[in-house]
Amino acid sequence: MLSDRLRNFWNGGGAPVNAGPPRPVNSSRLVARPPRGEVEETRISRGLDQFFGSFRDQSGLSILDLGGACQENVNFITTLGHKFYSEDFLRIFEETFDDIADQSNSRRIDSFLRRSLEYPDEQFDGVLAWDALEYMEPALLAATVDRLLRILKPKGYLLTMFHSSERKAMVSCYTFRIQDPRTLQVTQHGERAAAQRLFNSSRLEKLFQKFESVKFFLARDSLREVIVRK
Amino acid sequence: MEAKKEATTLSSMSNMPLGRVEPDTSRGGTASIGKAVKIAGQIYSKEDLYVDGDVEGTIELLDHKLTIGPNGKVHAGVKARELVALGSIQGNVEASERIEIRKDARLVGDIKTARIVIEDGAYFKGSIDIVKTEPKVAPSQPPRPQPPPAAPVTAPLVATANTADAKH
Repeated sequence: MLSDRLRNFWNGGGAPVNAGPPRPVNSSRLVARPPRGEVEETRISRGLDQFFGSFRDQSGLSILDLGGACQENVNFITTLGHKFYSEDFLRIFEETFDDIADQSNSRRIDSFLRRSLEYPDEQFDGVLAWDALEYMEPALLAATVDRLLRILKPKGYLLTMFHSSERKAMVSCYTFRIQDPRTLQVTQHGERAAAQRLFNSSRLEKLFQKFESVKFFLARDSLREVIVRK
Repeated sequence: MEAKKEATTLSSMSNMPLGRVEPDTSRGGTASIGKAVKIAGQIYSKEDLYVDGDVEGTIELLDHKLTIGPNGKVHAGVKARELVALGSIQGNVEASERIEIRKDARLVGDIKTARIVIEDGAYFKGSIDIVKTEPKVAPSQPPRPQPPPAAPVTAPLVATANTADAKH
């Protein structure tokens, strides 16, 4: 039962299996719905393995987690001897943008980036963006990726994930908790409006074209884990 | 700085000169700043402190525990042995032993501590530096008899501020 619902996430989110007829949604609204009960799954992540593998035998690095602070990630990263930085990126996203049209408004975009990613250039060795970029429309997404490029150190890494393989009005949202260098616990905690486009490999390559390298891991259930290096 | 006192629910603040706050240590409890109190200035305490009001400035409780209640709004640099946050803190926090950020709490600032607990639902923006505390080395020889203690230290809780505006 649980794995059915989680499998639905890795298939691109949407209503859970056997959830009955789809509910009408206002796809222009961005606010996440309250959870209908949390669902968890543990899975292997090659992207995470690659991310922390690139920092092996190093300590004292600066790692930014855009998923908000969760105990497991704080423990994991600080135990490795790194400094942990936290941004509750999607909460700020929801507080800043009322609807999809707002995401093209340059003033709103500037305000959002000031609140969420106002850091000196080349501050971070690594950024864990999880699925935060997936909910953004093109103008906002491009500005966010540019800012991420700016705050990463040269040779720094960004890990992000895109799980849409088909267009959906609403997708589930998740918390990603690091269990070990290659295992994630994924907790579903509600739904939010999906971006109005799909992220296939060529789109993702174009999105990260200013980075030195882009690597995909196509995981089961059409999940794309993306590691980019500045 | 200016100190504004809007209500007198600071439990340890009776009969004291302005600008100097002395908690009632005879009760051996926790000093508290009630939710209708607003303080701008420096707070220095030698006992545990519970803040459910507004504080702007600095808070230092080096060997004691600071609790920010659900109504507490702290816009201050904080140093304590232990911090439990249920309300809102904006400022850098150093806790030699432990920090707990409870569900619905909000902390914006950089943290330095030995241990941290963050509940799901808490909002945290900033950095976390885990500082390893050195274990205390046991003395190799039996301790010498100590001289009698010096005169008791007063002012366990001191609000050092220009309190000209404070009104009772």
